[in-house]
Amino acid sequence: MLSIGTKAPEFSLASTPDQKVQLSQLKGKKVILAFYPADWSPVCSDQMGLYNETLKLFHQHNAELIGISVDSKWSHFAFCQDRKFHFPLLADFEPKGAVAKLYDVYDATEGESQRALFVIDEEGIIRWNYLSPVGMNPGADGILDALESMDKK
Amino acid sequence: MPKLRTAVNSKDHVQGNANAPIELLEYGDYQCPHCGHAYPIIKSIQKKMGAKLKFVFRNFPLAEVHPNAVHAAVSSEAAALQNKFWEMHDHLFEYQSRLDDKSLVKYAGQLKLNVEQFETDFENPELIQKVDADFESGVRSGVNGTPSFFINGEKYDDSWDEETLLTYLESLLT
Repeated sequence: MLSIGTKAPEFSLASTPDQKVQLSQLKGKKVILAFYPADWSPVCSDQMGLYNETLKLFHQHNAELIGISVDSKWSHFAFCQDRKFHFPLLADFEPKGAVAKLYDVYDATEGESQRALFVIDEEGIIRWNYLSPVGMNPGADGILDALESMDKK
Repeated sequence: MPKLRTAVNSKDHVQGNANAPIELLEYGDYQCPHCGHAYPIIKSIQKKMGAKLKFVFRNFPLAEVHPNAVHAAVSSEAAALQNKFWEMHDHLFEYQSRLDDKSLVKYAGQLKLNVEQFETDFENPELIQKVDADFESGVRSGVNGTPSFFINGEKYDDSWDEETLLTYLESLLT
């Protein structure tokens, strides 16, 4: 995975069938990138469901959350609607896993992203990262600790 | 292993011997079916461990997936103001399938609370803040779903079926 202090690589991916999200558009805000293996899988659902509940805490630190997996925009669309998510899920779909590869968190054997977290600062520099065991929901405590320590600087 | 960031304090609801050697803390959601399954297990473990166990419950309502969970949590806090937190806690898990606002008020009546006072307290923003504070303390302690348990301040990630949990708790006594 890309290391702390690295400039976060730029990307532009579909978030809905007719919208795209570009990382550089979020300059001036902190960004939490949550790479996860697959829509609908139990652990991913719990993890994204938890973050959906902790968005308010992220926003208190001027941070936006973005989920990324190799699923298509239509799968994301249905998953978001079903789970009432209030944050974008980006489709790293074509070429498959290109952004996960840029961040060095692609699992080529499974053809999915690893379960990886990055916190990027207002200038686009990676300030925190975490690679979770794939079957484990990493929770939000690490992200919040990172955001808090960034605010103190 | 994540640790409990906010130690058990005077704002918490504590059941059993306050000086017990084992402290079991649950972050739970009244509308979560897994918490509903855990409820009788915890009761049974409390019975078997007696004065050796202290049990603490904190709110962790997942509001987006469980639309009644926050109000159910608030109703338990409103009952606490009339010294009936645990009665309401038990009642909410026993009637988990019906937690709409109307039912919550009905339960207050069944538990012989002062219903008028209960309804006033239900609107008290301080109670929502208490529920939010519980939730945040859980998130900061690494709670990633419900129920989540902390035993003497350490997150417990093994199975909470009665045999596994009881065996682990008893192993701490020796």
